[in-house]
Amino acid sequence: MRSSEWALKQLILARLREFFREPEAVFWVYGFPILMTVALGIAFRENPEPQYRVDVTGPESATVITALQAEKTPHGQPLYITAEQETDAAHDRLRAGKIDLLVTAAAGEYEYEFVPTRPESKLARDEVNNLLQRAAGRSDPVATQSVEMSERGGRYIDFLVPGLLGMGLMGGGLWGLGFVTVDMRIRKLLKRLIATPMRKSDFLAALMISRLVFMIPEVLVLLLFSWLAFGVTIAGNIVAVLFLILLGAFSFAGLGLLIASRAKTMEAVSGLMNLVMLPMWVLSGIFFTSERFPDFAQPFIQVLPLTALIDALRAVMLDGATLASQWSEVLTLVLWGAVCFALALRLFRWS
Amino acid sequence: MHAAIRCAQLVMTYPGKPPVEAVRSLDLEVAQGECFGMLGPNGAGKTTTIEILEGLLQPTSGDVEVLGRRWGGRDDEEIRQRIGISLQETRLSEKLTVAETVRLFRSFYRSGLTPEDAIGRVSLEEKANARVGKLSGGQKQRLAVACALVGDPEMVFLDEPTTGLDPQSRRQLWEIIRNFRDRGRTVLLTTHYMDEAERLCGRVAIVDHGKVIAQGSPAGLIAQLGGDHVIELAFAEGQQGLPPSAFAQLPGVVSAHQEDGIIALSVSQLHEVLPSVLNRVEQSGVPLARLMTRQPSLEDVFVQLTGRHLRDEEGTDAIV
Repeated sequence: MRSSEWALKQLILARLREFFREPEAVFWVYGFPILMTVALGIAFRENPEPQYRVDVTGPESATVITALQAEKTPHGQPLYITAEQETDAAHDRLRAGKIDLLVTAAAGEYEYEFVPTRPESKLARDEVNNLLQRAAGRSDPVATQSVEMSERGGRYIDFLVPGLLGMGLMGGGLWGLGFVTVDMRIRKLLKRLIATPMRKSDFLAALMISRLVFMIPEVLVLLLFSWLAFGVTIAGNIVAVLFLILLGAFSFAGLGLLIASRAKTMEAVSGLMNLVMLPMWVLSGIFFTSERFPDFAQPFIQVLPLTALIDALRAVMLDGATLASQWSEVLTLVLWGAVCFALALRLFRWS
Repeated sequence: MHAAIRCAQLVMTYPGKPPVEAVRSLDLEVAQGECFGMLGPNGAGKTTTIEILEGLLQPTSGDVEVLGRRWGGRDDEEIRQRIGISLQETRLSEKLTVAETVRLFRSFYRSGLTPEDAIGRVSLEEKANARVGKLSGGQKQRLAVACALVGDPEMVFLDEPTTGLDPQSRRQLWEIIRNFRDRGRTVLLTTHYMDEAERLCGRVAIVDHGKVIAQGSPAGLIAQLGGDHVIELAFAEGQQGLPPSAFAQLPGVVSAHQEDGIIALSVSQLHEVLPSVLNRVEQSGVPLARLMTRQPSLEDVFVQLTGRHLRDEEGTDAIV
């Protein structure tokens, strides 16, 4: 083996050993995405049938309660949780958010009190009104049919997994490279290494390659877990997904290297990391689509590497899009990675 | 044969307000196969100088030649292949073992010792599979030296190799350095321990305020003091004793000065001088609190040249 290949191998081995011998780091890299998926998966599990909490007062309350209690969800649960209350007490309960709707039932006249800014409160009003009107003999003039969509890919968890993948790749790339680099600089290890005939390119390549190696189990764990626990599948080509993941890891590794290229303290690098990551956490559509932000912000949001990565991952994983159709996202990621890496090489401070 | 190191009119000024002149026109020549020491207090410019020689810092001006080559071009790789370095306070990766660390450093060199051999040279065989984080300070420093030796260099640079170590660890390191020199290799080390310089180095340069203020073998520098013994005496506290000048004229006294209430006399022919010194004390009628004689050291050379002690600016480091 040529000596430079040997050096590259030894540098990568050293990084892998340092990483896997640090239990906290292993937990944060591999455990955290799983915990996150579990927590969010539970919070947004199979949209549970909504139940409305309704208080009823007035002389006709018994009639209304009987009508409401007859309604069941598809799983046989009561659709309305009802209670007869004094008007004042019910009013307080509505204000405190303990109930969704207050019905005051007099003969031939119902009054609904609801909170218009709470969607479930409005929904409860409409549903209860429909129910009571029909019970009182209203007939609808047009025949309608409702079809419920439960296809895979349409659930929140399906939407969430590509976002979490992107977030993990960003965090891993930035923290993984940034912290390690600054730590080595503080310990004067970078200076010691540069005092040997070691090639700088070997060192930086070893950092990047070892980051890609750590990432493989991280990504597989998340994909496997979300498949087994939530049935999240990949609609598109799995090779395209893996390509995007690798490209994302490369891009964020470059960014991490750039951020860490001159920082001399952990505080400085942490601040820079947060400065770079915070806008992407908020804007790049990890938890909800970035299209919710106003139009004037979109050009900025679209050039962020995390937006490009998550959009492309969602397109391939959820809609089965081809890699070619995602060329602009791919180009964005390539440019971020290459420009950051080139700048980092120029700016890198070894001591 | 060219010198291992030659540097002339080396100047290093760190920008700032005001600029810090760490090195001010320093000249140095180290021959191949010698162990050369740069001795001086902290802040004298030793580390700046050695890092310029190691090619880690770019001097403001001056000419540097290492093993007949110059830094800053295609020769860099060649020089690095042929030198070994131990920096002041490098913290190697704590999670790696001793053997893994040495193997990593070996991989950077075209040729060199086997990692096992390098570990053997610094007597860390028993710790080969121990994590670096579990080593004592002395063992870590020996590992640092093993990393410097593993490329089988013609020359090593050691920046304060024994600072902060216990006496036993210091002796172990001295032994390692002597072995290396005995193979005909060159050593350049910095230290602020005069005993280290005296025991280890064939020649020393005494550095102060970024300049070489004296250069030569330890014995030669000490001989320049003119006396082969030092008498130290102190008068009982609170009593007006004699000034140093009262002894300066006695035959055999080469120089006399006072510091911290202790009068130090450089003398030759101790057996003849001592009675006359005691005689003078007796005449003064003031009792002595302390009297001792010792061999002069590089410390005395430094004091004579600068009026200060080496350890003055040293801070908390223990002198052993």
